[in-house]
Amino acid sequence: MRTVAVVGASLAGLSAARSLRKQGYDGRLVVIGDEPHRPYDRPPLSKEFLAGAIGEADLALERDDEDLRAEWVLGTRATGLDRAERAIRLADGRDIRADGVVIATGAAARTLPGTDGLAGVHVLRTLDDARALRDDLARGGRLVVIGGGFIGAEVASTAYALGLDVTVVEAAPTPLAGPLGETMGGIVSALHADHGVRLLCGVGVKGLSGEHRVDAVLLENGRGVPADTVVVGVGARPCVDWLRGSGIELDNGVKCGADGRTGVAGVIAVGDCANWYDPRAGAHRRVEHWTGAMERPDAAVAALLAHGATEPGVPRPPYFWSDQYGVKIQFAGHATGADSVTVEEGTTDDRCFLAVYRRAGRPVAVLGMNQPRLFTRWRKQLAAAP
Amino acid sequence: MMIPACRLADLPRGEAHRLDIDPPVSVFHTDDGELFAIDDTCTHQDASLADGWLEGCEVECPLHASKFDLRTGAVDAPPAKLPVRTHEVVVEDGMIHVRISTEAPNLPPCIAARLAGGPA
Ligand SMILES: Cc1cc2nc3c(=O)[nH]c(=O)nc-3n(C[C@H](O)[C@H](O)[C@H](O)COP(=O)(O)OP(=O)(O)OC[C@H]3O[C@@H](n4cnc5c(N)ncnc54)[C@H](O)[C@@H]3O)c2cc1C
Ligand code: FES
Repeated sequence: MRTVAVVGASLAGLSAARSLRKQGYDGRLVVIGDEPHRPYDRPPLSKEFLAGAIGEADLALERDDEDLRAEWVLGTRATGLDRAERAIRLADGRDIRADGVVIATGAAARTLPGTDGLAGVHVLRTLDDARALRDDLARGGRLVVIGGGFIGAEVASTAYALGLDVTVVEAAPTPLAGPLGETMGGIVSALHADHGVRLLCGVGVKGLSGEHRVDAVLLENGRGVPADTVVVGVGARPCVDWLRGSGIELDNGVKCGADGRTGVAGVIAVGDCANWYDPRAGAHRRVEHWTGAMERPDAAVAALLAHGATEPGVPRPPYFWSDQYGVKIQFAGHATGADSVTVEEGTTDDRCFLAVYRRAGRPVAVLGMNQPRLFTRWRKQLAAAP
Repeated sequence: MMIPACRLADLPRGEAHRLDIDPPVSVFHTDDGELFAIDDTCTHQDASLADGWLEGCEVECPLHASKFDLRTGAVDAPPAKLPVRTHEVVVEDGMIHVRISTEAPNLPPCIAARLAGGPA
């Protein structure tokens, strides 16, 4: 292999580039990214960076002395993958030929239709989004967060600490029920009420009102919630449109085997855009978490360099963390399919506990609130389980 | 400065013992029976490495998975970027002692700011 192109210059792309060099790949390495920035860390965008506790320099993922001997093509989008020519088309008209391709284009924040062009309305995915939101939060006033998922909850928590008046609107009856299940979703989202942040559940959003700047969120029940700033936190969709017609199978992101290989030889996918087969779950799973984007490229790059002659290992169970209202929330495994969840340590009342999800008696997931040590032990056990 | 940590017999293999000094330091007893001491606080954020995941001569931070080499303090991958200090371990009469390094620690930005009297 003489040229490998990595498309997407964020966590998964950088991890893949590092894995390539670590695993002895010595050829030409091109990293293509549509943002103008070098790889930066996203989790702080809803936490310390939004709060003003850390600055842009602290977000850098690369070390100062790091040199991957890569060509960085930044500020340019990939628009297509030509399988026959083995070339990546760029928006600026260039073609980059490559024998190996790493797809790491991540995901983009979903928006609400009809909210374009209204000032004060934000999504949060990129550094530029975070800068704009930070400026608006500095005006104070009333913030309405649409979506009670992890990013929405973190923004609410950060804005609360900044002194804003915060309301969270969630269409589902219980926030976080998808990833955590009903019971634990309810317990974690009770953090909002602990801090006097209003949580409106089971009600959809009809639209926004305002002339040039948003002034209210209109609910489907006819109510309006006054707002000076609105954050739309309704999930993300994988950035794979550029691959249409390339022969790469797209199904909730790039469909991959258990080692990130796509159906096209020499092409792997990693990070938030990749829908990997998960042998533990017996199904494809697109994992939108930091640690997966960080860890899994190692296995995918090994498969790429060995031309698929490696046996895919079993990846560690998915893991994510969240920080809300000063509480560290950690979760590993799959909650779907669990038939019981029990608190093994601590109590849910003081938001300091460890809960284990089981299916037919076997642990399949674990949730910790302010329990890093125990959580780490359980996570290890979960990974060791067959 | 030499500080007594705990009795060797009280620190099973695979476990860590945290010394509540400022900044805190932890002694790790590896599965192979080796002893190492490093700064306990991750250089990324306020996490205790004694709560982490010990494997071979590496400890993985309990929050965001950066791994630190117990022998050198070096960090492998983001989000942490700076190494932790290592300290010399001496065992005398079954008692573990730590000789605290004279180098400056690499504290995470949130703690460094707090010590400087700035925002947490
Ligand atoms: C605000 C926020 C907070 C988060 N907090 C947590 C947390 O607390 N814990 C946790 O586990 N996870 C968290 N995450 C998730 C974590 O950040 C992601 O899982 C991780 O960033 C995924 O990395 P990635 O490289 O796959 O994708 P991304 O980080 O999305 O990077 C993809 C890159 O590819 C670029 N790109 C897209 N299309 C193209 C194209 N056609 N051509 C060229 N470049 C393209 C994008 O612009 C982007 O720069 C958070 C995410 C956000 C946004
Ligand atoms: S706190 Fe240790 S890696 Fe983040």
